[in-house]
Amino acid sequence: MISKNNQTLLNVQNLHANTQDTEILKGINLTVNHGEIHAIMGLNGSGKSTFAKVLAGHPDYIVTQGNIQFEQQDLLALPPEERAQAGVFLAFQYPIEIPGVANSQFLRLAYNTVQSKRGNDELDPLEFDDFVREKMKLLEMNPDFLDRSVNEGFSGGEKKRNEILQMALLEPKLGILDETDSGLDIDALKIVAKGVNHLRNEQNAIILITHYQRLLDHIVPDYVHVMEAGRIIKTGGKELALELEKHGYDWLHNDQQKNAGVSV
Amino acid sequence: MNESKNIDYLTCLFKSLPAQSNSSTFQDTLPEDPQLWIKQLRAQAIDEAGQLKWPTNKDEEWRFTDISPLTRLPFKPAQAGYVPDLSEVRPFFIEEMVNRLVFVNGFFAPELSSITHENQLIIGNLDTLATSHAHVISAHLGQYAQFRQNLFTALNTAFLHDGAIIIAPRNTVVDQPIHLLFVATQAETTHYPRCLIVGDDNSQMTVVEDYVALQADKSSAYITNSVTELKLSANAQIQHIRLQRENLNAFHLANCAVSLDHASRYETISISLGAKISRYNLNVSLNAKAAECAIDGLALITDGQLADTHTCIDHVKPNCTSHQQHKCIVDNDAHAVFNGKIIVRPNAQKTNSSQSSRNLLLSNKAQIDTKPQLEIFADDVKCAHGATVGQLDKDEIFYLKSRGLSELAARNLLTYAFGAEILNNIPIPSLKHTLEQTVLNQTQSH
Repeated sequence: MISKNNQTLLNVQNLHANTQDTEILKGINLTVNHGEIHAIMGLNGSGKSTFAKVLAGHPDYIVTQGNIQFEQQDLLALPPEERAQAGVFLAFQYPIEIPGVANSQFLRLAYNTVQSKRGNDELDPLEFDDFVREKMKLLEMNPDFLDRSVNEGFSGGEKKRNEILQMALLEPKLGILDETDSGLDIDALKIVAKGVNHLRNEQNAIILITHYQRLLDHIVPDYVHVMEAGRIIKTGGKELALELEKHGYDWLHNDQQKNAGVSV
Repeated sequence: MNESKNIDYLTCLFKSLPAQSNSSTFQDTLPEDPQLWIKQLRAQAIDEAGQLKWPTNKDEEWRFTDISPLTRLPFKPAQAGYVPDLSEVRPFFIEEMVNRLVFVNGFFAPELSSITHENQLIIGNLDTLATSHAHVISAHLGQYAQFRQNLFTALNTAFLHDGAIIIAPRNTVVDQPIHLLFVATQAETTHYPRCLIVGDDNSQMTVVEDYVALQADKSSAYITNSVTELKLSANAQIQHIRLQRENLNAFHLANCAVSLDHASRYETISISLGAKISRYNLNVSLNAKAAECAIDGLALITDGQLADTHTCIDHVKPNCTSHQQHKCIVDNDAHAVFNGKIIVRPNAQKTNSSQSSRNLLLSNKAQIDTKPQLEIFADDVKCAHGATVGQLDKDEIFYLKSRGLSELAARNLLTYAFGAEILNNIPIPSLKHTLEQTVLNQTQSH
């Protein structure tokens, strides 16, 4: 969904980040405009998930250099909750279980917190119930999941659907999906992809982090980036993912590409 | 043992008891006993209590819990007679529960109670039923809670005068849960609640055992010394919910003994909220094959409270299952103690047992002592146990913050959830809701 009058939503410049004194991100440059879908691919340990967590503000990672501009704001100056309120959403690779809190309670608390920060009205339990049930239909989720504890005893696929449900409720400007496809069978993958496609519009953008081409058959990216050793080493269109699928990541090293680290 | 320390409390107690059961003062100082067998039981307990010493921190069973403050209080046995207005007690009622026995200071209060006879259920107070059902009651009362070696059980039995009796005959399924409400109203007294709950073959019931206080002066101290006995025959099932919500100056000493027969199932959830010092001993004996128990506990304490839970799950026979989950949430300078003993006897092959002790400290002055204690004498068994003490998980906090919640809101929600998890299995919606509100109120900082 690239259009001519796209404005920059996210601008990452020379991002370096450490955890436990080890540098994981070593100079990421990335620009994401409204309406775009970006896929980030790469081998395990290349820094994809770290990048996602740094965007969301995980306290384990310390940014040592660079900056992140989100619309007009300095994202790195905001604590995680204010990033969420500003419209950054991370769908977790491993969603946390919270036994003792009903999913409906949690979803309503998150929804109302974000809505009130954005200056919108909160919903009472009955209004919210109607609202969330509509959103659940999109993801073909059984309403029973509202009464169960947050993610407790959910299968891998159910947890991922619950993540996308939260994205549907919080209506972020930037949705970051960290390996949302891992652990999903093909039917669940299609449902999740349908939900994500339904949520995308010209005002928001999505970053998909994935190992596999198969997700990209269902959520078609405008750009594909390949990460290695904490940097984006190659950027291309959706056909890049197909090449990688065909040839493997080693192919990038044999290929004499010179445009490593180039941002879009 | 330090004699001088104990002299007040024990002297006071024994002054109100005859030296021997044949004393002529027996009838003068205690409520009338309708049956000789109760007198005999009490006489044995009086003898035993006279020989037992007051426990101190030097006793392994009382290592972490100093009850010497009790010995400085010359608390006399509570007296019968006072019955509060229904309006005062009503706030403690549980709306779904039509079967309710109310005891005030250990004495049955029929005007506050409500009993619908279901099937052949025997339900009422000991004083009344001891005559009409002497045979069945005497077969059980005092048989499971051994007063040998246990001073507080001995004292409770010595002062035995009334109590709650529930006997579900064979094949009786009691649809309505039963509320046993023990109300303390008198300051500076000791009261001795007593319960006997018997489920005959294939019977099923749910019982809520509930300790509350109703003093004009909330700062008044008193002692509750309670004993509960449960016996489940073959295939019987009992769900036993125990609430300790005494006032914050009370001393609560409780013993519960459970005896399980073939393929019976005992489920319990015990919640400790009140009392300055509380001690709950729960002993469950799996006495026949395929018996099962599920034991959950939650202590939620603050401001100088001490809550001690000692459990002993005794796998006597093969193929039995026990699952235990105990949680403590400790704020300010409170102190929680958990000692979870699991015995697997040599004959108890194919035992399946799990125990988890999880503890949350909300302040750096809070204290937890947790001690899993496994004594396994059989070789073909599955026994898992784990204990954690700590603060909230930072990944959980980050997850909630990434959904827009503030640090404080995230911490409050997770602390609430930690406690509320134990409440999930309570089958009575209004009670569950009340307790969720209590946990919510006590876990939220601003």
